[in-house]
Amino acid sequence: MILRGKAWKFGDSISTDHIAPGRYFHLRTNLPELARHVLEDANTEFASEMSPGDFVVAGRNFGLGSSREHAPRIIKLAGVNAVLAQSFARIFFRNSINVGLPVLELDTSGIEQGDELEIDLAAGTVRNVTRDQMLTFAPLPDVMVKILNDGGLVEHFRKYGDFNL
Amino acid sequence: MTSTLAEKIIGAHVGRSVKPGEIVVTGVDVTALQDGTGPLALQQLEDLGLVRAHNPEKTILFIDHAAPSPRKELSNAHMSLREFAAKTGAVLSEINEGVCHQRLVESYASPGDILIGADSHTCTSGALAAFSTGMGSTDVGIGIATGKTWLKVPETLRVVITGKLNRGVYAKDLILSLIGDIGADGATYMALEFAGPGAEAMTMSERFTLCNMAVEAGAKTGLFASDEKTRGWLLEQGREECFQELKADEDAEYTRTVEIDAGTLEPTISAPHTVDNTKTIGEAAGTRVDQVFIGTCTNGRIEDLRIAADILRGRQRNPDTRLIVTPASRSVYIQAASEGLLEVFAEAGALVTGPGCGACVGVHGGILGDGEVCLATQNRNFQGRMGNAEAFIYLGSPATAAATAIAGEIADPREYLR
Repeated sequence: MILRGKAWKFGDSISTDHIAPGRYFHLRTNLPELARHVLEDANTEFASEMSPGDFVVAGRNFGLGSSREHAPRIIKLAGVNAVLAQSFARIFFRNSINVGLPVLELDTSGIEQGDELEIDLAAGTVRNVTRDQMLTFAPLPDVMVKILNDGGLVEHFRKYGDFNL
Repeated sequence: MTSTLAEKIIGAHVGRSVKPGEIVVTGVDVTALQDGTGPLALQQLEDLGLVRAHNPEKTILFIDHAAPSPRKELSNAHMSLREFAAKTGAVLSEINEGVCHQRLVESYASPGDILIGADSHTCTSGALAAFSTGMGSTDVGIGIATGKTWLKVPETLRVVITGKLNRGVYAKDLILSLIGDIGADGATYMALEFAGPGAEAMTMSERFTLCNMAVEAGAKTGLFASDEKTRGWLLEQGREECFQELKADEDAEYTRTVEIDAGTLEPTISAPHTVDNTKTIGEAAGTRVDQVFIGTCTNGRIEDLRIAADILRGRQRNPDTRLIVTPASRSVYIQAASEGLLEVFAEAGALVTGPGCGACVGVHGGILGDGEVCLATQNRNFQGRMGNAEAFIYLGSPATAAATAIAGEIADPREYLR
């Protein structure tokens, strides 16, 4: 499947507090409402301006901080198709797979705000249409591919009734 | 085959030796969640028709992040945790009990355990030689219902501590300094294993502070070998029978070893907005501070409160600097009260609150105003952490916090020791 969309560029060290700010703690049981504030503390315009299908493109250590699974959930719920970053924090990475949000590790330094991207998840390629560049990303570990393909850990369990990794 | 501490604990659970990078499905001994992550976990279980706790006595639902509830939405979230506990026999830790990580080391985590918690600072219990790690709601929910999880066996970064901390320098300064050196992603996906004479000499309270912040270097857990100090801690908690001695093999293989001479360290500060943005006290001193917060799972233990109270006794906070003190747990609160520490804080002009996460999470109890500056003893200073993205958070030890409250600006605690 080819994913197409526009890049929204973020910097290094985007924390779960940027993604799902603590002041909206009371919205954690209302994800659609929480998603209206996604990434608000990194870019106040992102949630209202992004279009479904767009990509979050960031620098190092994306998603550092808390274990709140709400962070990848609201990125997905907002319509983001995938997050591309130089590197990810561990819990965010794992949570993303569990909720079915593709997270791709690659050199994002050449991608600029607004660039049109085409991502082929199976082939492991990102085509920067705006700059006519081809990038590749490291494949996910097999266990994560399995969970992601099942649609997340809950769906994996619904299918097998147990871990089947 | 030789094993690091992390490999040893995971290996014991799966019944064979394991090596870094391997994926295992393993039993878990303790599962925990809190009021921020819990409702989502329980909703997942409901969707799956798995409203059950595999090991209810070791499944603990903590109401600590927004306790007592400041809003009806959170009151309703708390109700969902209470209902799940009532249905399944899981343990509910009510609003008066305190921060989950302090409660876990007091009453639930034991050497050799695998513990998963839906809170990133779950790594705190690693100080008891438990493989204890933070995960998201779905992972922990599945762990609660099935008693299992999957893990990638981590590589281990060994931190060898030599030398002795100087007067006025504490475990908090050591861990901030380490994170400053290796970076906020310096140990991503690894276990941190603290070793060496300096680590062996540390009290349990100091070990908890170090392991609590392992995740701030990206680590999956922080670990100490269990020894007589661990046994002493468990004895104090009335559960000495949970002790077992565990240590890494002498010739275990480490991905990387970092040495720290504790004797060379100075009071250390993390400046906004990342934990690895560290400065020595000399570089940070003089920064005006609006609020000082002493508490949390990092530094809200009785030893921390004693250090702060020794500095604050008979002194007053700066009139332009608010001071909030939040003991980590009910038992810390009771002990502090019996030693007269709460009185010392109140006389010095502090607001002393009940136990819990307090102001750290940015939900209630000390949200910062636009442009305000806070010095806190917690583990994180991310933008927006204390409820306002326009505020600035510095991290330091309880001694630095107490000195800062008196001075009204970031101050060197060594000038205030008696």
